[in-house]
Amino acid sequence: MGKIFKFHTDVDTDQIIASQYLLYPTVEEMKSHAFESLDDSFASRVQPGDYVVAAENFGCGSSREQAPAVLKALGVKAVVAKSFARIFFRNAINIGLPVIVCKELYDHVNDGEEMDLSLIDGTAEVNGVTYACTKLNPYMQDILNQGGLLASLNREEA
Amino acid sequence: MGATFIEKLLRRNTGIADAKCGDIVTANVDRVMIHDIFIPFVKEKFEEMGFTEIWDPDKVVLIYDHLVPASQLDDPRHHRIGNEFAAKYGLTHVHRSDGICHQLMTEAGYVKPGNVVFGTDSHTTTYGCVGAFSSGIGYTEMASILGTGTLWVKIPETIKVVIDGELPEHVTSKDVILRLIGDLTAAGASYCALEFSGSTVENMTVASRMTMANMAIEAGAKCALFTPDEKTAEYCAVELTEDMKTLSGDPDANYLKTIHYQAEELVPALACPSQVDKIRPVSELEGLEIDQVFLGSCTNGRLEDLRTAAAIVKGKTVAPFVKFIVTPASRKIYLEALEDGTLDTLAAAGAIITHPGCGLCCGRTGGILTDGERVVATNNRNFLGRMGTSKVEIYLASPATAAACAVTGKITLP
Repeated sequence: MGKIFKFHTDVDTDQIIASQYLLYPTVEEMKSHAFESLDDSFASRVQPGDYVVAAENFGCGSSREQAPAVLKALGVKAVVAKSFARIFFRNAINIGLPVIVCKELYDHVNDGEEMDLSLIDGTAEVNGVTYACTKLNPYMQDILNQGGLLASLNREEA
Repeated sequence: MGATFIEKLLRRNTGIADAKCGDIVTANVDRVMIHDIFIPFVKEKFEEMGFTEIWDPDKVVLIYDHLVPASQLDDPRHHRIGNEFAAKYGLTHVHRSDGICHQLMTEAGYVKPGNVVFGTDSHTTTYGCVGAFSSGIGYTEMASILGTGTLWVKIPETIKVVIDGELPEHVTSKDVILRLIGDLTAAGASYCALEFSGSTVENMTVASRMTMANMAIEAGAKCALFTPDEKTAEYCAVELTEDMKTLSGDPDANYLKTIHYQAEELVPALACPSQVDKIRPVSELEGLEIDQVFLGSCTNGRLEDLRTAAAIVKGKTVAPFVKFIVTPASRKIYLEALEDGTLDTLAAAGAIITHPGCGLCCGRTGGILTDGERVVATNNRNFLGRMGTSKVEIYLASPATAAACAVTGKITLP
């Protein structure tokens, strides 16, 4: 079980991690600034295994891979949204952060509620209600299963 | 059934004669661009992946633009790592202070019609202005391309946008793309190609098309596409071949939808804080006081943009307390604007002329604003906190509107 951190529609990558922090040498140094302009307590409150839940077009804007990377570094288990912006979506899969499309979930859950997510079944459970999520295409699922593109490439070579 | 532009382009690239939208194909990459913010991250991933050489060093372009000249203590580290990376792997296309990446990629001849190009920046969609398929990616995927020369792509569905007629005076391609983004919404073209056609588009300069392709990502698009013509060929310094001319969508192709605009009905527009799809006509916001005007960026920092603004401010003075900051998109444009007197006119009116680069647009170098301030800017994003604190109001506009606002110190119709 993990706690839900709920965000709105069109959350952009500047809101996830602002430009002024992109020059920090490592993602570890950036992560305490995640979502700073929206909720400056997010980074201190989120625990490994928690979830980010959002409405449409999560991660729109720039191509910065640091956006999914800071969420992964903070231990966010998955982002579940009605839809994702495509560059964020690709980047998340490539670094091994599960990004799950679920049209129904957002309108029925509240910030702070507990959620259980099964990546294998493609289902999310909150307050005893189970929500079906959209499965990834097999190509992307394969990259994600291997822990991201880096692991995937290394495996091909091995 | 006919084919869309992107289907034809990717069939040529992959050799898969029946590839169609929805298919996942492995594209052969013609060129990549990496800018200074992400170079250290690409290098780290490339080496972590165990690659020891770059698939084709001639196809890689490094551009220092976001952090030029350095303004924070850690910035020079990125350039040093870039120089070391270039030396180690034999990269020769390195631009250290020539201008903004998206301007240079076409201006310096790195992108030709029909090419497949990826860059570590979301506004890589810009090169669709010359009929290339170009899109932004993250640094891990870029590292993978550097090693393999390929990238998997899902052939996108296409939204066809037809614009016919003559644009009214002071209505520019920026107003067209703002209107389209407003109508589509920020996610309205997600995962799609935007294919532009119609007499208005045919009559546009390559520079004007570039503004539209640049902002396609603001509607979520994967790419923007303009059919190569004589103007494209001249701009790219290539001969317009029969093959290039075939790069257009067939009338009976499988389109997700078609949107039509009549140019005469379009008006100067603004994207209001803090979403690019929050579009309103300039006329509805006239009189709102402003603190700064920014003319520049990969969206609108070209010679025609500077000339448009110069014609409006000529013989006038920028309003007191308004900072009017002008950033040519490249050194070439800077020199051309210097030579033809455009910079003279702008400076005489009170403009602050800066070196070419990305600094202001991404809130990194100069021109930062603070709580309660309002800026009219010609760039492509007005996100919260983009040009200073999260309580800055950013209005996106055309160069004509921006110049008119600089003179009055208020939101003003050009």
